[in-house]
Amino acid sequence: MSKPRDQRAWLLVLPVVALVAFSALIPVMTVVNYSLQDTFGNNVFFWNGLGWFRDLLDPATEFGGRFRGALWRTLLFSALCLLIEVPLGIGVALTLPRRGWGVAASLVLLALPLLIPWNVVGTIWQVFGRGDIGLLGAALNGLGIDYNYAQDPLDAWITVVLMDVWHWTSLVVLLCYAGLRAIPDAYYQAARVDGAGAWAVFRAIQLPKLQRVLTIAVLLRFMDSFMIYTEPFVVTGGGPGNATTFLSIDLVKIALGQFDLGKAAAMSIVYNLIVLTVCWIFFATTTRGQSEAVGERS
Amino acid sequence: MDLSWMAWTWPSALFFGLFLAVLLVMTLLALRWPETERIGILRLPTTRGDRLFLTLLGAAFIHLGWLALAGEAPLWGASLLSLLFGAAMFRWA
Repeated sequence: MSKPRDQRAWLLVLPVVALVAFSALIPVMTVVNYSLQDTFGNNVFFWNGLGWFRDLLDPATEFGGRFRGALWRTLLFSALCLLIEVPLGIGVALTLPRRGWGVAASLVLLALPLLIPWNVVGTIWQVFGRGDIGLLGAALNGLGIDYNYAQDPLDAWITVVLMDVWHWTSLVVLLCYAGLRAIPDAYYQAARVDGAGAWAVFRAIQLPKLQRVLTIAVLLRFMDSFMIYTEPFVVTGGGPGNATTFLSIDLVKIALGQFDLGKAAAMSIVYNLIVLTVCWIFFATTTRGQSEAVGERS
Repeated sequence: MDLSWMAWTWPSALFFGLFLAVLLVMTLLALRWPETERIGILRLPTTRGDRLFLTLLGAAFIHLGWLALAGEAPLWGASLLSLLFGAAMFRWA
């Protein structure tokens, strides 16, 4: 049994609570209110009870089918991003120099994509992929490959996934690199004594030691890719058709495009619950790591 | 102050009122008996607040699941299940 903590310090958090109340709590309460009603504008609302939620959760309805489609697309997008970015990030981190001027140079180069605003990343890739003036699009078309992200769903998917890989793999690399640098040299010396090869060192030393940073990387990348909006919206606008309409894009289409505030509110609550659950898993995993570390030291 | 843009309804006001009351009770409990962590069936250190959070999150999913699977069955069935889930969380989590 650990000693009870003094809780009075929480009073110092009150200003932040007030700020969050205005920026988050009041809007969330409004969204909950909207989710139970329908409106045609002018602040006139009609009670709809749990109707929007029933529609949302029933794939036979137009709204439910649309939600399910967007949810699957978002999950597929997150899965593809993780499947590419995590192994690639580990691979790049393993090849980075460990000392000398190359360390700073590589880290600065790798950090560059992370510093570019999301809408700029979208614009870069929108131009990059264009068949007439874009380097990627024109080069592929020049090679005889029929590439057009504005008309072909597969091309659109390849473009948005590649864009995310370009933008965010660096984060995985930097996290893994930090994890690799934290491994004491004694482990490598022991491996050399045992005559272990590079693969054995990776399997028995580096990968287990990277477990904690990889957990953080996977959860961060999952949450970010699951909530992605700006980049695919700028590049494809959710198209062609609905091919790259992820949950966030569909939500904005319903709320602002169609002005279906009730439907959009119900959808955003369910979306928010999914994100909140992943956030909790993230919090639980990272704090468990900390408490284990404290336990190991004491 | 005109709050018509928030589109308040009595059921949602009651929901948030109950929510606030639960938070107040938990705060008072924490002041009277400061929270201590323990490790339960989740194999994670949890405080009373953590267990409340898990209860509320679980209750939201139980209600959504009920709406999706139970058809027109009355929703208090989901509320009852949530109470049982909450009791289990506070007892064993």
